Amino acid sequence: MTVKLGVPSKGRLMEKTFDWFAARGVTLQRTGSDREYAGAVAGIDNVSLILLSAGEIPRELAAGRIHLGVTGTDLVQEKLALWDQLVEPVEELAFGQADLILAVPQAWIDVDTLDDLDAAAAAFRAHHGHRLRIATKYHRLVREFLREAGVADYALVDSQGATEGTVKNETAEAIADITSSGETLRANHLKILSDGLILQSQATLWRSRVADLPDEDRETLNQLLKRLG
Amino acid sequence: MPTRSETLARASALRALFEAEGAALVEPPILQPAATLLELYGEDIRARAYVTSDALRGEQMLRPDFTVPVVQMHMAHGAEPARYTYAGEVFRRQEQDPDRANEYVQVGYEVFDRTDPAAADAEVFALIQSALRGLPVRAVTGDIGLLMAAVKGLDTTARRKAALMRHIWRPRRFRALLERFSGMAPMPESRRALLAGEVSSEAPIVGLRSCAEINERIAALKADAETPPLSAQQVELIMALLDVRETMPNALSRLHDLAVDMPAIAPAVARIAAREAALKARDVDTAHLTFEASYGRASMEYYDGFVFGFRADARADLPAVASGGRYDALTRQLGQGDAIPAVGGVMRPGLMLELEAGR
Repeated sequence: MTVKLGVPSKGRLMEKTFDWFAARGVTLQRTGSDREYAGAVAGIDNVSLILLSAGEIPRELAAGRIHLGVTGTDLVQEKLALWDQLVEPVEELAFGQADLILAVPQAWIDVDTLDDLDAAAAAFRAHHGHRLRIATKYHRLVREFLREAGVADYALVDSQGATEGTVKNETAEAIADITSSGETLRANHLKILSDGLILQSQATLWRSRVADLPDEDRETLNQLLKRLG
Repeated sequence: MPTRSETLARASALRALFEAEGAALVEPPILQPAATLLELYGEDIRARAYVTSDALRGEQMLRPDFTVPVVQMHMAHGAEPARYTYAGEVFRRQEQDPDRANEYVQVGYEVFDRTDPAAADAEVFALIQSALRGLPVRAVTGDIGLLMAAVKGLDTTARRKAALMRHIWRPRRFRALLERFSGMAPMPESRRALLAGEVSSEAPIVGLRSCAEINERIAALKADAETPPLSAQQVELIMALLDVRETMPNALSRLHDLAVDMPAIAPAVARIAAREAALKARDVDTAHLTFEASYGRASMEYYDGFVFGFRADARADLPAVASGGRYDALTRQLGQGDAIPAVGGVMRPGLMLELEAGR
């Protein structure tokens, strides 16, 4: 058996993850052709690398099919109910920082807080005959956040990409999305509500609380964690 | 844990009890069009109900309760007065507590009757109480209409009253609004700047919310800023009202006292007194029945009068074994121009069996 480590399979997130492990003496690399999602681990024995989409890593950790995985806090909390019973954070990797925020058009000078948003939503519904739409792919996190805040008369509409554009395209009135610098928001004439920070996320190394761990793997995992910590 | 067939057997026995009272048996489909429920409950229902879909009918929900389909059916082609009963599964999505059932059997009784609302309230309560006889449960009653009447009677603008009415079912939000309208909570800095005319934007309007709508809200905020704050006395009265938690006779005497300073609640208090008399006429021991003015505020938002629930004292972990209330406004919302006073309640035979086994 081996300890299975799940890592994002492409892009900047993969490269930064590789760098982070390399700085701690564990070399991760892709093997085979560019298109083949296979990988290898050097510097420690009995650890295997599983390349996955960052969005699938929470599910694989929760199912116990991987022991360790690198993915964002946002994805773990959105995709896993009772996430803290299924996975535990081992290390924050200090990259991939992104905030899940709620944003509305800059022209809405009367809306700065969730309180304002709630009042604007009531008036919007009365005026337009439908609820104020918020485009997002983080349905659970946004719904829980708005319920806590007591915001009513909104509806979530699903947007899996280019979410900032939904307002201009009139398929939503506001958005809840991940932003790192805010540039895309500004370019689309949107602003963040002053109390609209839903979650601060960054790339994090997670350990599955449910994956089977035979004794020899436990030894490997402890060695690996010692190296990384 | 009772088996499924034991639960179903108990459910039929309870249903037969309601049929013997003259209730007609109804069997609404499990799949309900999602649009109606979303319109009623808003986005929160998605966290509580299972949503599924097909390309032909669009989004459907596994029924989270029977009341909505029963009201729709009655409003579409029911004769008056009417009594209905049903038994079957309801489905509730659970994302926080794995011990809560996501599928369970409910048996219900619903009364659509204009003649005597107090008697109808008492009828539903007394029938359910007698079906629960012998179980270690305690009843709590309340009345959402009381708080609604108090809000309607406030000496303030229609806009403020509407804002409070909208959040009757969200206690924390309701309180925050009261604090703002009374000047107890400071105005946020961004609101102060906006009212002082210090906020402007060169950004183009994007999306459906128009410039006119923005200006309309600013004008409303300005008007509100010039409105005198809600008096501390009015806020205290609302708080005192929400604090009423007594046996029914004591609660009524407390409410009569409060109605001296809040005459707007007098008709609601009279309805509660009439209900107490009707309950007594049905042999309910009202001297030991709890009345809690804030009861039922954090639940589904269709009850607008009498509310009640039965819980197992020794099993705080269990949800209510039975609950119900009056939902006159729901019949108006679903009635397409029609409305009829209506009250009903549901019981959970599975929990009843569990309590019996645990004794």
